[in-house]
Amino acid sequence: MITSLPKLLSATVITLKLLSLSLFFGLFIGLLFAILRLNKNIFVNKFAYGYSYVFRGTPLLVQIFIIYFGLGQIEYFRSTFLWVVFKEPYWCAIIAFALNTGAYTSEILRSAFQTIKPGIIEAGKSLGISNKVIFYKIQIPVAIRQSLPAYGNEIILMMKGTSLASTVTLMDLTGVAKYIISTTFKPIEVFIVAGGIYLFMTFIIHNLIKFLEKKYSFN
Amino acid sequence: MELLAFGKTGWGDELFIATLMTIAVSITAMLIGFLFALIFTPLKLSKNKFLNLIGNSYTTVIRGVPELLVIYLFFFGGSGAVMFVASMFGYNEYIEINAFITGSFAIGIISGAYSTEVFRGAIQSIDKGQFEASQVLGLKRVVYFFRVIMPQMLRLAIPNLSNVWQITLKDTSLISVTGLVEIMRQSYIAAGSTRDPLFFYSFAAVLYLSLTFLSMKLINRLEIKYSRGF
Repeated sequence: MITSLPKLLSATVITLKLLSLSLFFGLFIGLLFAILRLNKNIFVNKFAYGYSYVFRGTPLLVQIFIIYFGLGQIEYFRSTFLWVVFKEPYWCAIIAFALNTGAYTSEILRSAFQTIKPGIIEAGKSLGISNKVIFYKIQIPVAIRQSLPAYGNEIILMMKGTSLASTVTLMDLTGVAKYIISTTFKPIEVFIVAGGIYLFMTFIIHNLIKFLEKKYSFN
Repeated sequence: MELLAFGKTGWGDELFIATLMTIAVSITAMLIGFLFALIFTPLKLSKNKFLNLIGNSYTTVIRGVPELLVIYLFFFGGSGAVMFVASMFGYNEYIEINAFITGSFAIGIISGAYSTEVFRGAIQSIDKGQFEASQVLGLKRVVYFFRVIMPQMLRLAIPNLSNVWQITLKDTSLISVTGLVEIMRQSYIAAGSTRDPLFFYSFAAVLYLSLTFLSMKLINRLEIKYSRGF
């Protein structure tokens, strides 16, 4: 049980890398699509809705497999410079995670934007603040504060989602755990250690979000 | 389209059966989840600190650990555990558990943790007066649970349970790692033998999307039924 700990800890680094990179890109994708969702143009709106519907309605495993196994099949695609990125399982996993978490994040941010009291925006307008400044300095900060609890859940879900990277040959925490289980046949011990590491990360994220919520609360 | 033909030339019938398998596993897992929720919701609501701790650790651990890890635990540890129990009764042969049972059990435990949270939330948001009134009226516990609390709880729980169902349905794709032939596994086999992964995985995505879409429609109807009078 103890002997597997160093291996699992070094695999945790990969899990954390996958998590942070996909959250980073996912946040931008989410913000972009949340803004598109609020657009009045029906086509733009429908497109953004379709994106989030498809990515939330299908399992993450399918998404990874389409990106990792599927895209390589297109001849033309392999000749473009994008192939440098898409031939690596590491980047494929991050792209799939980022697109997935982006869809959920866009929903979270959209509902946060929609629940902003119109009075706040009107107050900004009557003070003569330009629309751009209202958006960046008022709407975005308020929306971020409102979406913190839901986003915290999304981070934890994404952390669990990174375990799927092990299905495309990456040796993340779950991948290494599976390898150790299948070589030592000690599933319960390895599960306790690996699960403990995941739980610890959940605990840290949970408390970090709680701290941020308190810090940015309005009262 | 040739690839999706039914019969020996295409993968249509195989994928159709695989879709039925996905639905079967999801429903079994959901029911097993309800069973777990039935045990753990009272524990979570109990005033006894020890029982409370058991209930809370179940939901915290399962919801904080990746689904795939739980599935590996069951896949590699399941038959070992059953053989251990069997050996206590003097049965020492090798026992292999069917992938369907391990899979739906693993997913069921996960789905149970989410259902437990949903039921806990729903029961806690029922007006306290309802419990008191039933006691005052001298209703038997069974009657007051099934005829007073249950109908009100279901109304509040159904929207969230539909989320749990979606999660469960999507989680079943992970059982493919254990070899159970559901949508994901069948697409993997088809993609391997035809060398057309893009088509088959995209088709799998379409199948999952239609399953989630159809189940949403059905659940919406249930929701309307249970919110009569509100």
